[in-house]
Amino acid sequence: MTDLMLRPSRVSPVQRAAGTVLRSREVAVAAVLVAVILVTTLKSSSFLFSSDGWRDLLLTPCILVPLAIGQTVVIVTRNVDLSVGSVLGLTAYLTGRLFLDHPGLPIVAVFVIGMLAGAVLGAVNGVLVAFGKVPALVITLGTLYIYRGIFLTWAGSNRINASDMPEGFLNLGTASILTIPVLIIIALVVLAVVGYVLWTARGGRELYAIGSDPDAAKLYGLPVTRRVLTAFVVSGALAGLAGVVYTARYGTVSSGAGYGIELQAVGAAVIGGVAIFGGSGTVWGAAIGAFLLVTINRALPIVGIQDFWQQAVVGALIICAVVLDRVLSVRQARRLVEARELS
Amino acid sequence: MTSSVLTRPDTPATRTYASYSRPLWQRVLLTREMAVIALLVGVLVWSNLNVPNFNGPLTLYFLFLDITPILLIALPMTLVIITGEIDLSVASVVGLSSVLVGMLHHDAGLSIPAAAVVALVVGAVCGAFNGFLVSYVGLPSLAVTIGTLALYRGIAVGLLGTTAVTDFPEKWTTLAQDRIGTSSYPVVLIPIAVLAILFALLLHFSPFGRGVFEIGLNDEAAHFTGVNVERTKFWLFVMTGTVSALAGVYYTLRYGSARGDNATGMELQVIAAVLLGGVSIFGGRGALHGVIAGVVLIGALSSAMRLESLTVNVINIVIGGLLVLSVMSTSLLAWLSALTSGRTNGALRLGRRRQAAMHHRKGDQ
Repeated sequence: MTDLMLRPSRVSPVQRAAGTVLRSREVAVAAVLVAVILVTTLKSSSFLFSSDGWRDLLLTPCILVPLAIGQTVVIVTRNVDLSVGSVLGLTAYLTGRLFLDHPGLPIVAVFVIGMLAGAVLGAVNGVLVAFGKVPALVITLGTLYIYRGIFLTWAGSNRINASDMPEGFLNLGTASILTIPVLIIIALVVLAVVGYVLWTARGGRELYAIGSDPDAAKLYGLPVTRRVLTAFVVSGALAGLAGVVYTARYGTVSSGAGYGIELQAVGAAVIGGVAIFGGSGTVWGAAIGAFLLVTINRALPIVGIQDFWQQAVVGALIICAVVLDRVLSVRQARRLVEARELS
Repeated sequence: MTSSVLTRPDTPATRTYASYSRPLWQRVLLTREMAVIALLVGVLVWSNLNVPNFNGPLTLYFLFLDITPILLIALPMTLVIITGEIDLSVASVVGLSSVLVGMLHHDAGLSIPAAAVVALVVGAVCGAFNGFLVSYVGLPSLAVTIGTLALYRGIAVGLLGTTAVTDFPEKWTTLAQDRIGTSSYPVVLIPIAVLAILFALLLHFSPFGRGVFEIGLNDEAAHFTGVNVERTKFWLFVMTGTVSALAGVYYTLRYGSARGDNATGMELQVIAAVLLGGVSIFGGRGALHGVIAGVVLIGALSSAMRLESLTVNVINIVIGGLLVLSVMSTSLLAWLSALTSGRTNGALRLGRRRQAAMHHRKGDQ
């Protein structure tokens, strides 16, 4: 028994499960989210209980959630994708362009084309990072400029207006099933699929292995290059999806579409417990983080803080999340070292 | 630090002094920095010959006025990136200091120099906060400075809202755009030159600077050779904060307007320029003359393309492409030299292992 680092726990499975749930990051962030919603609703009951309030609460995160999911997939492999904002802008414009040039195109086809275009842009990032062996931060910073430049050159002074798009597509922005907006249902379906893959599928688990130790993953025989490439393709495709959703939600695409949203996506992931140096964190957490970011933005004016301060609160939140992670991991490491020295 | 006990990084012993086996002229001329400088000279010569009005007196004047904030921030940023850290919050500090100068002058009635001093102190405090979290709490700088990017910008926007302060005394706004004598060089080049020399001395000719490189190559080894890793990083972040605040003061006076969203997104321009100048994002290599050349190169390209009436979008594409190419060039060259020298990817593998090890080490922090 001396080769065990920890003695088998005497805690009953139920207690252990309860402990895991209580200690999980997702639950903590969700609790903060619920608290924010509660406090705001106490101030103004229409935040939650009016039909508009309920819809906005669910609808506003529909752009940031897919981005945060894609970002998580990339960050887990110890990379980062800063180009998502530009990909979003580019695909949002592409969506409008498609409706202008091919009026008869079915809506599903537009979604597919948008995601494919995003996937291609993501693949460019992935190829450069995975085969060039250069840091993702630099590459995606470069493609952030390139994609935005392509978007603005292509768009010129044109804007996509609501009148350019078919009714059916624009209705998506307001349509809902059982009072749940369609756009957030799309985001949640994506969340479920990606979450399942990362949680239990082999390819998903290998992403975590690569992120916690790229060298070990390589020695172990994992297809590191291919997996990293796939992660970037997924991130690009989800940014493409977010672009289509953006167009459906706002009905207009101007040159500022998606500007600076990449940092929000990274912020949402970090708040949701995704370690910036890879290897840990879940998309559930990132999605809840995205919900929290967006909801705080909407809640602040209601609790009487001028909405100019939103960004400051978001920044403080990100820093708190990172500090909290550090404190917890130091404590965990100390506990493991103590356990080793005891045995 | 506990992780270093648990894992044993099998970093191959890379000979960082290998370059001394080559003659002096090769060591000086065949470097990344010289490549950037050569590219810069090429662009300048080509533009002078082919771009109409590029050799006019106003081109260089506006070129330097425009790149001044980026040039200023790039100096301390170079040192930060050489230690293997990064500071994304610089543009937000520029915005914050711009707002402070505006409010202190307009609302509190302070004179411009007094307001500027307060802004510089606040910038130093902002940098110290970053530095404290990174070096003493031990957080990854990427995550910390994304947080403070939002935080400082949020404070700046929160303080001033959507209004702008524009009533600055003319004495100061003209000073920001004044020329040296009758030449086409603006006066701001003098403080920039002084700062550049100071930072060059600090980085290349002082024990502190040697420590900066050592930390970038291997911070544990640096620690054991007596470099105070924490203190070095802390002061570097204080420097970036202070210099960013200085850039904010300049930005305010140059455009005569203090707004919360001044210089949004400039952090990426600064980092792009630094990396273009040959500084490795993994840390441990880079030089200030390359970075300065990189900043001027971006500025010269932009103004040449603007004179050719290309839009800012095309300029963005070119700068992004240049950035990607410049970081890919190391891999490409290694691959090419492996091909030509006939060695079956020995050099390549060594390079890869070294990079993998670097990756590994970054994650340990």
